[in-house]
Amino acid sequence: MVTNVTSLGRSGLYDWIVQRFSAIILAAYSFCILANFVMNPDMDFQTWSSIFEGNAMRFFSLITLFALCAHAWIGMWTVSTDYMTSLQLGESATFFRIMFQAGCVLLIAVYLLWGIKIFWGN
Amino acid sequence: MLVSIYRYNPDTDEKPFMQDVEVQLPEDKDLMVLDVLELAKQQDPSVVYRRSCREGVCGSDGMNINGNNGLACITPISSAVKPGGKLVLRPLPGLPVIRDLVVDMSIFYKQYEKIKPYLINDTAPPAIERLQSPEDREKLDGLYECILCACCNTNCPSFWWNPDKFIGPAGLLQAYRFLADSRDTANVERLAGLDDPFSVFRCRGIMNCVAVCPKGLNPTRAIGHIRSMLIQQGT
Repeated sequence: MVTNVTSLGRSGLYDWIVQRFSAIILAAYSFCILANFVMNPDMDFQTWSSIFEGNAMRFFSLITLFALCAHAWIGMWTVSTDYMTSLQLGESATFFRIMFQAGCVLLIAVYLLWGIKIFWGN
Repeated sequence: MLVSIYRYNPDTDEKPFMQDVEVQLPEDKDLMVLDVLELAKQQDPSVVYRRSCREGVCGSDGMNINGNNGLACITPISSAVKPGGKLVLRPLPGLPVIRDLVVDMSIFYKQYEKIKPYLINDTAPPAIERLQSPEDREKLDGLYECILCACCNTNCPSFWWNPDKFIGPAGLLQAYRFLADSRDTANVERLAGLDDPFSVFRCRGIMNCVAVCPKGLNPTRAIGHIRSMLIQQGT
């Protein structure tokens, strides 16, 4: 058992399942958006805004936003622990990896809060 | 035939280099790579490599042959080199080189040790032996044949990146060999030891292990089975 404290669920199985479920949600949302474009060939801003006025679409968007954040964190954490190790970067690897991970967390948090504001703000 | 061999002696060489040796091959025979290496060694006895059984059983002579990992003793020259081509021999990638084609396999064995590669059964031992039905015995086919040559691990990018954390295809194949054994009673403990983000889940399904296994085994499938068992136990 390899211990770690920075992965999302501290468990390989948990992260693996979250990554796959979140991928399904992201795919479904992408199809939904694509379908809206197909059904509205003359898409303008009014039509685009009206799509997100209903609560169903807002909740779907919010769930997708959470899924995107979880998916992004698991993916970027994996990338950082694959490529930013002491084998590649020497003794300073831990510092660079934590800085990179902190940057990812910050960016994901900004996207999350910004997204909530866009979908639920006035 | 021109044979290019990776040479490195840490006591005398500053850095590794490739040494070309011209070897005369008999025209009527398709030699194995190990035979050609033996001929090259006759010309330069300082070339160092491991070998023992010369029939693909001991797993000693795993090396990188023209870009692919394999056992030198069971790889025919005709399959490794195009006609008129050069034979290029390097040590297994991703492991520290001790000298020439000999690598330090300590980390490989350390990962193997982690999966507890022995039968665990806490019930009272029977008078003679623990019996197994032919059907249960069949489940071990394709698993027990691994000879720990390390060709798979050293061809796996996930193992290159995290050799101290990812168990690797050889160890995981053996982990499943004991998980699938009807006589073993430690499945819960075994699976608990594998449920972290590195030991099993660093496998990306690249399948290099399947492509290079000299025994034709399928570690990716075994890893899939372990994952399924983890899902069944953990959900």
